Amino acid sequence: MAEFKHKHIIALRDLSKDDIEMLLSSAESLREINSRDIKKVPTLRGKTIINLFYEASTRTRTSFEIAGKRLSADTVNITTSSSSATKGETLSDTALNLLAMKPDIIVMRHSVSGSHYYLADKVNCSIINAGDGAHEHPSQGLLDLLTMKDKFGRLDGLKVAIVGDITHSRVARSNIQGLTKMGSSVFLAGPPTMMPPGVERLGNVTVCSSMKEAIQDADVVMMLRIQQERQGKTLMPNAREYSRYFGLNPENLKLAKPNAMVMHPGPINRGVEMSSSTVDGDQSWILKQVENGVAVRMSMLYHVCGGEIE
Amino acid sequence: MNLLIKNGRVIDPSQNIDDKMDLLIENGLIKEIGKGMAASDCVEVIDAAGKYVVPGLIDIHVHLRDPGLEYKEDIVSGTKAAVTGGFTSVCCMPNTKPVIDNKSVAGYIINKSRSEGFCNVFPIGSITYGLSGDRMSEMGELKESGCVAVSDDGKPVANSELMMRALQYAAGIGIMVISHAEELALVGEGTMNEGFTSTELGLKGIPRVAEDIATARETMLAEYTGTPIHIAHVSTKGAVRIIREAKARGVKVTCETAPHYFTLTDDAVRGYNTNAKMNPPLREADDVAAVKEGLRDGTIDAIATDHAPHHQDEKDVEFNVAMNGIIGLETSLPLSLGLVSSGVVTINQLIEKMSCNPSKILSLNRGTLGIGAVADVTLIDPEYEWVVEAEKLASKSKNSPWLGRKMKGAAVATIVGGKPVFRR
Repeated sequence: MAEFKHKHIIALRDLSKDDIEMLLSSAESLREINSRDIKKVPTLRGKTIINLFYEASTRTRTSFEIAGKRLSADTVNITTSSSSATKGETLSDTALNLLAMKPDIIVMRHSVSGSHYYLADKVNCSIINAGDGAHEHPSQGLLDLLTMKDKFGRLDGLKVAIVGDITHSRVARSNIQGLTKMGSSVFLAGPPTMMPPGVERLGNVTVCSSMKEAIQDADVVMMLRIQQERQGKTLMPNAREYSRYFGLNPENLKLAKPNAMVMHPGPINRGVEMSSSTVDGDQSWILKQVENGVAVRMSMLYHVCGGEIE
Repeated sequence: MNLLIKNGRVIDPSQNIDDKMDLLIENGLIKEIGKGMAASDCVEVIDAAGKYVVPGLIDIHVHLRDPGLEYKEDIVSGTKAAVTGGFTSVCCMPNTKPVIDNKSVAGYIINKSRSEGFCNVFPIGSITYGLSGDRMSEMGELKESGCVAVSDDGKPVANSELMMRALQYAAGIGIMVISHAEELALVGEGTMNEGFTSTELGLKGIPRVAEDIATARETMLAEYTGTPIHIAHVSTKGAVRIIREAKARGVKVTCETAPHYFTLTDDAVRGYNTNAKMNPPLREADDVAAVKEGLRDGTIDAIATDHAPHHQDEKDVEFNVAMNGIIGLETSLPLSLGLVSSGVVTINQLIEKMSCNPSKILSLNRGTLGIGAVADVTLIDPEYEWVVEAEKLASKSKNSPWLGRKMKGAAVATIVGGKPVFRR
């Protein structure tokens, strides 16, 4: 197998199809560890990983932490809400101070798009993006791909509907990049206020005029979280009306292929973007996504360290 | 001291001169223009063969950051950057600390620039006290203390009634109002132009219509009140069209654009380049084309840099956190000469936009090589090739998107009031 040549994983846009296949393939090998009695291998023993989270996160931070620990790395979590814009030290100073403690990998989540590229310029350790603004969320994109692959056994020729606030979604951008590279097509739906200009040029993307059009005959229906805080007062009237036109329910899910899978990056607003019955229904792969998240993150950590599996 | 500039191509659109001629400066004034003039003993001679000899360049939109923000720039470094770029006069915006909203601050700038500066500095006072946007500054006092215009640059006057009254009041006093035309509600928390690039980079966009709406408001207010207005840093296709149409209706509107708006698109932001972050933001290819067309057909009267120095610590940060603005004084001339070499404007049109028109718009009484005029003269070598290097810039700040880029054309001598203050 070819070698993974990237020191950092910041965006799926920066990775080739081969890179993505390699990450997914290693995740498939590594995930067996997660079902053992003793869920630990010495692969990254002696490596130090700092999880630097400038935005709140439960799932992603925990998942990265568990991934590091199962590979025997030493993981440290730093959660801070202060950005350099408001108070405290600058991102650059924080990074340089952390760097002085010789970490091997910094996993960062930050509210500013592109801040990982900025950081990568400043430090000599590896940087993994755990979400930057509305730019990318590559570990989410990869775990989504792995989950689709689990179900369909392939990642080409799938019709994937993504429904919600595309403008503010880093999950949507990473999925668009990943799915396009793997040969699938993406159909987007959401209120026009949440559809960013030129999004169809990001990859194999079709912008649909309604949710129905997007999910018609889809293999995958991926719902995005809607947040009244983020969408503010100007992007939609309220959650109730949003749900009427862009919520997934058992009725409109029938438009998708009979064996279609339902996904959501979490956290879910039950009754808003998805009815509870679709969250918990037979077609839901949401918890499988979370499970795959650990495996994918193990693979990412492993590959940026450039090691061999012992 | 007397100065004879020989053998240059004298280009003075104010007198319709474009010919190989000599120029004699005596006691700080233009004494004579002619052919084959002989140097008398007491005269220093500059050989300008192969060079353009033009009325001193004027930049009506700079931020000198003095007083209060001298860590970014001050009157000495800013005017040094100006003369290095060929400018003999600059007009500085009022967003200093304190704001130029009273005669003490205006007086400080005028005095310091006279005693320590390298070129003429004309302060621009604020439209509203402290740039607060809620009540008018004492424009009469500002004018009497040397301000040549009023502007809340950087902060649009959001209140339309206040803007209309300011236009009326300023017209009564005889001082130009310069508008930073943006509808703030549409700017929101945007950090770059809204378009495909902002979608790909995941950055919040500023739609072009934010500038179009505000430009339309300003021209309508000027039309309704019958007063003049000058629109700063035009960047959109829509704004160019709106101003063109207003001019055709007889509205007393003038405008400027900046070199970055006719040379760069929002592609320059890729890589989250904070030196490509400014307000208004870099736009798209069709906007650049429209700005060039506006320069060509005369809709856009002037080129001004919006020279906005920022310390490295304010730019070497995450994109959203970075300050808006780039320096421009030292790169404006070569970038603008690019308009001539690419056939957008003639060299005569360019000198109009960089000297004659700026003087006219703000009644600076400069922008000419007429006999008896103040001898502000720029000598330009259009073929001079150089590379923009941070350590060689005269400005204190280095926030330029052109670092490392090759430039063609430069000022080889800048003469202010008859004195060569810069020679290359």
